[in-house]
Amino acid sequence: MFRVTNDPIDLQELVDYVGDPEAGAIATFIGTTRNNNEGRRVIALDYDGYAEMAEKELARIGEDAKTKWPICRMAIVHRLGPVQITEASVIIAVSAGHRDAAFAACRFAIEEIKKTVPIWKKEVYEGGEVWIGTQTGQPLTRS
Amino acid sequence: MKVRVKFFAILREKIGAAEMTRDIEEGGTVGDLWRALQKDYPKIDVPGIRLLYAVNQSYVKPDHVLKDQDEVVFVPPVSGG
Repeated sequence: MFRVTNDPIDLQELVDYVGDPEAGAIATFIGTTRNNNEGRRVIALDYDGYAEMAEKELARIGEDAKTKWPICRMAIVHRLGPVQITEASVIIAVSAGHRDAAFAACRFAIEEIKKTVPIWKKEVYEGGEVWIGTQTGQPLTRS
Repeated sequence: MKVRVKFFAILREKIGAAEMTRDIEEGGTVGDLWRALQKDYPKIDVPGIRLLYAVNQSYVKPDHVLKDQDEVVFVPPVSGG
């Protein structure tokens, strides 16, 4: 399950999805929206996304994780549109035979999301707003 | 030939459109298209911005040659998560 949605994300749905008789562990990561960034008070967040490509990139992250660790199943759902402070903007769930692989793949997925998935966060402050961009690497080439 | 260009986040706001069709010459690259857009819409020349280029939903290099009906997206620095 690799998708973007305008609706609140249901953690249990992802956990159920990755459940597997071969699994001895399920690791989850929940990214939540914070009310501050670099000393400024954030009053609202809004995510824009290139949905079709974002879902392809999320699936690619799942494939890459499978080549790196012995995991069973992975699910990633990312929220788009306005997200209230404290709500989940992204949830990742990974099942694996053993916990080391589950934790490692979960960590890998969130780091990759921040590098390559075409989703953008806008932070709204008192009296201003800004599109957040942290990308510093050279242009990627993937096909 | 014609390509479809979609804009997101800061570029959508600067250009004031989510999507447009552009005529390009045979053999034109995605980098050429960006330079042509910058000329027509000087506002999208955001200082210091590092763009990635996506054609038909995959990242490509700036010298990627476009084909008729391609879907092109100029990807501003991503900030998901």
